[in-house]
Amino acid sequence: MFSQLIFVSGEVWTGIRRSLTMTVAVTVTFAVSLSLLGVGVLVGAQVNEMKDFWYDKVEVSVFLCTEGSTAPTCDGETPEPERQQIEGEIRAIGVVASTTFETQQQAYARFIEQFAGSPIAENVTPEQLPASFRITLTDPQRFLDVSEALTGRAGVEAVRDQRSTFNRLFDLLNGLRLISFTFAGAMLVVTVLLVANTMRVAAFARRREVSIMRMVGASRTAIQLPFVLEAVVAAVIGSALAGIVLASIKRWVIDGVLAPSLTFTTFIGWQEVAWAAGGVAAIGLMLAIVTSLIALARYSRA
Amino acid sequence: MITFENVTKTYPGDDLPALEDITVHIEAGEFVFLVGASGSGKSTFLHLMIREVRPTVGRVIIGSADVGRLRTYQVPRLRRRIGIVFQDVRLLPNKTVAQNVAFAMQVVGQRSRDIRTRVPALIERVGLAGLGRRLPHQLSGGEQQRVAIARALANAPALLIADEPTGNLDPDTTVGIMRLLEQIHADGTTVLMATHDAGIVDRMRKRVVELDGGRLVRDQARGVYGYA
Repeated sequence: MFSQLIFVSGEVWTGIRRSLTMTVAVTVTFAVSLSLLGVGVLVGAQVNEMKDFWYDKVEVSVFLCTEGSTAPTCDGETPEPERQQIEGEIRAIGVVASTTFETQQQAYARFIEQFAGSPIAENVTPEQLPASFRITLTDPQRFLDVSEALTGRAGVEAVRDQRSTFNRLFDLLNGLRLISFTFAGAMLVVTVLLVANTMRVAAFARRREVSIMRMVGASRTAIQLPFVLEAVVAAVIGSALAGIVLASIKRWVIDGVLAPSLTFTTFIGWQEVAWAAGGVAAIGLMLAIVTSLIALARYSRA
Repeated sequence: MITFENVTKTYPGDDLPALEDITVHIEAGEFVFLVGASGSGKSTFLHLMIREVRPTVGRVIIGSADVGRLRTYQVPRLRRRIGIVFQDVRLLPNKTVAQNVAFAMQVVGQRSRDIRTRVPALIERVGLAGLGRRLPHQLSGGEQQRVAIARALANAPALLIADEPTGNLDPDTTVGIMRLLEQIHADGTTVLMATHDAGIVDRMRKRVVELDGGRLVRDQARGVYGYA
């Protein structure tokens, strides 16, 4: 068994050396296509991360009228009895999980904090900012239940689903993901073709060996193993490179640039990166094995 | 050892069969010449034995195995019991004599300890003692064929098939190769040799099976090449 292993690895090494440029090409295409695939997976994971983060938090804001409101439902600031009535109506809506009230003072404090250092903050007074009910829903999809109940009600200036703001961001990210999946798909096709072609060339270069192996009764596994392992070696190195690319994106792009500047959300952690790297490695490995076996069946009748 | 039962082989797209209704039996321990002109069906006969092709009709039995009905995964086991030598030798040019012989054992998973002891013994047996480290191109044609014979014997087959093994050799070298095959036969290996060489067949006086146009036209116990 052990001597067999040494023999096979010797054959693999000979094969790789014989077609080094080809092996390098296969390795690089594996690295690029798996990286793109990994990026797509990471963007998807980030979208889920943000959804989890945001959909659990403030979902729907019901803004009350201020002094300066111009909406037809408003006639100056919403008075306290009206506010209490509205709160009661909100609690009566089936899908409402919880509701909190944010006063104008609280809204002001939050605003100042958000825009600290910006000139906007200096010109705002608490009276200009609307008080609001912050509502979480048992089912985040059923925003309309709240909207229909409260839009147009006296004392309510506007009902806003904050998800819609994020949905635009999510659309953007999903578009990004689609793009990287598309490129990854094209690159994977290239990878598969290249592996198949490499197998064909390798099978041709080693046709003497293969014919002797067949003649002396080597099993199909023994004949195909060196070829398949060649592709596997390329896939493993390519996967490792893709893993490094993904880790670099996490370390330098996400942790280095995005996280410090975009504080409104959380970002994917190392666990997601590890899963993505492992997943694309598994896909790369499978592609290498399946493609080389199919190619060998076709080109070497081994 | 080898039984052909009413074997007919027609290749796809051919009108005439390459072999037609061949019935022949070869016992273990025999030495048999398979003779016939080019295109007489000799190659098809040999290919049927190692399951390169399957019979269209009839059965080919080697030992207890119905060769045409073997599953694909069983074919390697059949081939390990048959040593094959070709006219064009088919050595690996970048491996030494010893490596060429060892290759046949390595690829069927023999233990390296066994390989280390058996390879030098085989090289010595075919008369190439001391040449184990040479590359094939450093050897004469006869020596190359001896390496090929050593390789064919590497996995201790019960049957040795030689397809025109002397076809490219001069008469003196041919005699040497034939002596070697006789020794191998004397040690208990069944030998089936396809040949054009009338001189050899006439001299050796072994069993002769002759094919002509795909038909068995002669099976003679102590035959000569042409009709005497």
